Amino acid sequence: MSKERKMTITLPREELMSSGHLACQGCGATLAMRYALKALGQKTILCIPACCWSVIDGPFPHSSLDVPIYHCAFETAASSASGVRAGLDMVGDKETTVMAWAGDGGTFDIGIQALSGAAERNEDFIYACYDNEAYMNTGIQRSSATPIGAWTTTTPVKHYKKERKKDIIGIMAAHDIPYIATASIAYPEDMVKKFKKAKDIHGTRFIHIYAPCPTGWKSRPDDTVKLARLAVQTGYFPLYEVENGEKWTLNLKIKERKPITEYLKLQGRFRHLKQDEIDLIQAEVDNNYQKILKKCGL
Amino acid sequence: MKKVIMGNHALSYGAMLSRAQVIAAYPITPQTQVVELLSEMCANGTLDAKFIKVESEHSAMAACLGASMAGARTFTATSAQGLALMHEMLHWASGGRMPVVMGDINRAMAPGWSIWTDQIDSLSQRDTGWIQFYCSSNQEVLDTVIQAYKVSEKLMIPSMVILDAFALSHTYEVVEIPEQEKVDAYLPPFNPPYRLTPADPHAFGGLTSPDHYMELRYKLQKDMEKVPALVEETGREYEKMFGRYLGQVDDYLCDGAELVFVTSGTAGLTARVVVDELRAQGVKAGNLRIKLFRPFPFEQVRSILSRVPKVAVLDRNISYGHHGVFYQEVKSAMYGLPSEPAIFGFIAGLGGRDITRETYKEIADYALKHDRPEEEIVWIGVKK
Repeated sequence: MSKERKMTITLPREELMSSGHLACQGCGATLAMRYALKALGQKTILCIPACCWSVIDGPFPHSSLDVPIYHCAFETAASSASGVRAGLDMVGDKETTVMAWAGDGGTFDIGIQALSGAAERNEDFIYACYDNEAYMNTGIQRSSATPIGAWTTTTPVKHYKKERKKDIIGIMAAHDIPYIATASIAYPEDMVKKFKKAKDIHGTRFIHIYAPCPTGWKSRPDDTVKLARLAVQTGYFPLYEVENGEKWTLNLKIKERKPITEYLKLQGRFRHLKQDEIDLIQAEVDNNYQKILKKCGL
Repeated sequence: MKKVIMGNHALSYGAMLSRAQVIAAYPITPQTQVVELLSEMCANGTLDAKFIKVESEHSAMAACLGASMAGARTFTATSAQGLALMHEMLHWASGGRMPVVMGDINRAMAPGWSIWTDQIDSLSQRDTGWIQFYCSSNQEVLDTVIQAYKVSEKLMIPSMVILDAFALSHTYEVVEIPEQEKVDAYLPPFNPPYRLTPADPHAFGGLTSPDHYMELRYKLQKDMEKVPALVEETGREYEKMFGRYLGQVDDYLCDGAELVFVTSGTAGLTARVVVDELRAQGVKAGNLRIKLFRPFPFEQVRSILSRVPKVAVLDRNISYGHHGVFYQEVKSAMYGLPSEPAIFGFIAGLGGRDITRETYKEIADYALKHDRPEEEIVWIGVKK
């Protein structure tokens, strides 16, 4: 007879997301929402612009979340959240957390003006960007968050994406907002910790979540968590925080980074890449990782 | 209390007396004084409101809508390019049934750059589902803001209070500023039936299948149809409390007239002067100033114009490839009535060119000389 073992559950038990949502199998964005809400609790209002989550939530009159949702226009996650916060303050609700919840297209591209404006005003809300590195809801078109080398329906194999991914953390850090963090669905404890930390800070808080998309990445649904973990372990998506634009902290030190090819080879969107192109991507990853280490004083 | 104020400040006072709680705005000439005064009022505590100094008009409207969803009374003001940039959010406001009140200073659209008045900016937003009031005096602007909140919040449809650039926005007039307690009695606090609150979580504006979408739009139209009667009711109530009636149209000597001008905005006041002059010369003229343009006041327009042989519609706007917008609308309202008058369409005053007594005299000459309009559009004062 085996000895009885007790596992400690480190994540909050509260479930604010129910099954019956409309996400694809293996959707990283869905895990991201579940963990974020576990951290923030029920007194949360979401502003969701056009993105996968405007569908995942469920069609009218259904909703898979137990928190209020304002489905807002594509480029207005940050401006809508500014308004919701101001409105709540004026009707006497200072307690509820307002969170803008947008995809990479709504954040890196069409919503960046409103986001920059809100960050400059240091509006009091959390802005979470779940990044699946393309316009997935419309059918996998490139965004400025799509990584170099990737196939999308608008960067076909013969003309795969030649431009680098936009440095959104650098942009947000330049606004000197009180809190910025990267988070990954492969590291739920870290993610929950960051959302909890963000909840207790006032001002604009920006959390960049890495959210693999099997549909758009042409990866296996059961590889989602593995891919998210590899993104961290290769140094492609390091986990770190930036406080007040100046205090950079690496949350997870990777002693020996895995080669990027391990991450790339699990995804159909990179299948066309030749070895010399993979080497270039490896050099990019190394370079970016060193930059972040340097900013973190390591 | 009487004050000499500019049209823009009439909007600000209207918003202040209505106790707007969240204001989000972006500067554009000729709207700036509206929000300058409001930000001063917020800063010195005259008005208990949050002022969000956004980075664009698009964000201004988006922020107003977020605040409205949270249950706050909201106000913004803009003009021309700013209103055009908001276009997407105007649909969002009406579709989401968020009763924002917005001032629009009618300014011509670029290019070429023009800061002067015409109505194309607001008329281009005709089909966005907003109530539109075209005002002709500073007093009317202030009063209409207060009335607009009452109408909008009752039906959960947003309102635009519109005034001409410079001809009204920067013109100083004597305005009676109502007492706050009386305005409070007229306009109760905003208390929407649904709002964003964790105590009663709902998802607003999500994916809506063909099974439901059409009903939402049907309901919006059905509520729009209630606006004229509600404007009448709230306008009478306003008259009882403040001594000024706020109606859908302003009928000046139309009864028994042989020629009626159909006008809007400040041009509608000039028309009254011309009506007096024409009457002194023996021409039985009248003026029907349309104040409520959306929804269109069918009943009043039909009842007034069906008793008139000739109607001259003045448009300070044009729908390219068609006619002036008021001309289209008046013709469509009168179509098929047994006593349909001869309706003439005139375009004048685009890009801020003055509309004067001479403009109306040309219009009257043409309409009196012809039995039917011989041209699709009669342009007044254009250098051809």
